[in-house]
Amino acid sequence: MDPIIASASVIAAALAVGLAAIGPGIGQGNAAGQAVEGIARQPEAEGKIRGTLLLSLAFMEALTIYGLVVSLVLLFANPFS
Amino acid sequence: MRLQAEAIRTHPQNGTEMLNSLHNLIFMPLAELEVGKHYYWHIGGLKVHGQVFLTSWFVASLLIGVAFLATRKVERIPSGLQNLMEYALEFIRDLAKNQIGEKEYRPWVPFVGTLFLFIFVSNWSGALVPWKLIHIPGSELAAPTNDINTTVALALLTSLAYFYAGFRKRGLGYFAKYIEPTPILLPINILEDFTKPLSLSFRLFGNILADELVVAVLVLLVPLFVPLPVMILGLFTSAIQALIFATLAAAYIGEAMEGHGAEEHG
Repeated sequence: MDPIIASASVIAAALAVGLAAIGPGIGQGNAAGQAVEGIARQPEAEGKIRGTLLLSLAFMEALTIYGLVVSLVLLFANPFS
Repeated sequence: MRLQAEAIRTHPQNGTEMLNSLHNLIFMPLAELEVGKHYYWHIGGLKVHGQVFLTSWFVASLLIGVAFLATRKVERIPSGLQNLMEYALEFIRDLAKNQIGEKEYRPWVPFVGTLFLFIFVSNWSGALVPWKLIHIPGSELAAPTNDINTTVALALLTSLAYFYAGFRKRGLGYFAKYIEPTPILLPINILEDFTKPLSLSFRLFGNILADELVVAVLVLLVPLFVPLPVMILGLFTSAIQALIFATLAAAYIGEAMEGHGAEEHG
């Protein structure tokens, strides 16, 4: 592989995961905070809140995973090599 | 890819006893992970990924075997395996009922249940079954959902299922949903049919592969005990991913059947 393509791919892979982690990080923080608030207000609803929270956290996590998939493609299945 | 401790390998002159043992530990088959290498089978003119076939056959036969054992002697008061399977059935039925709605859910329980159980057992088999101890040429065995082809197949099946559900319920009126609420949204509504399987497959594939990579990297760094919490987290997330896949499949089917303008289900 051309060294320039290799180094660009590595940098791009790192950027893809790093940038993709920002948004979901904020979103998950918000969601978890609101869930804690909800549980504090209404402790009897804890089970339902927890279930919904986990499901929505997994949805947000999927966004980072898309970045991860892009970086894995760049590292292991690079279309430009 | 082969994750190996290059640093330790390239400095053999520091080879004390401890470092040697560490060296041996790192070259145990545990600390290797291969991405993008496949054990090809040539069937007809096709190249297929044999390791995925082997593990999915294992998962399928495990599921069939457990289901067979659990229903061999059905009792009125369930115990043991039958109890477990009834619990699983009730769980899946509730999931489908919540997403598809009380009236229509029944025919879709087998489909949603198959998706859930197959993905769940696949994901857990990748983490719990010591596949790495079985050597196959050119690749290694791992969870079937570790391969993008498996997840794309499952996602496309889901697409087919919701198209079928929509057509069956609403006939050609199903196409009306593309111009609802306004015809301006037509391109976006069409695009949605492509992004649904894309996001379903990438989500599952990425999560499972990420879990296995993280565990492999940690095993490479510290082979003993330290990766355990991450492995447990991996078990948890893979269970959640199976649940999400099944929930979303059921939600898409329910959405296709009810139509946008219709009453909200709740």
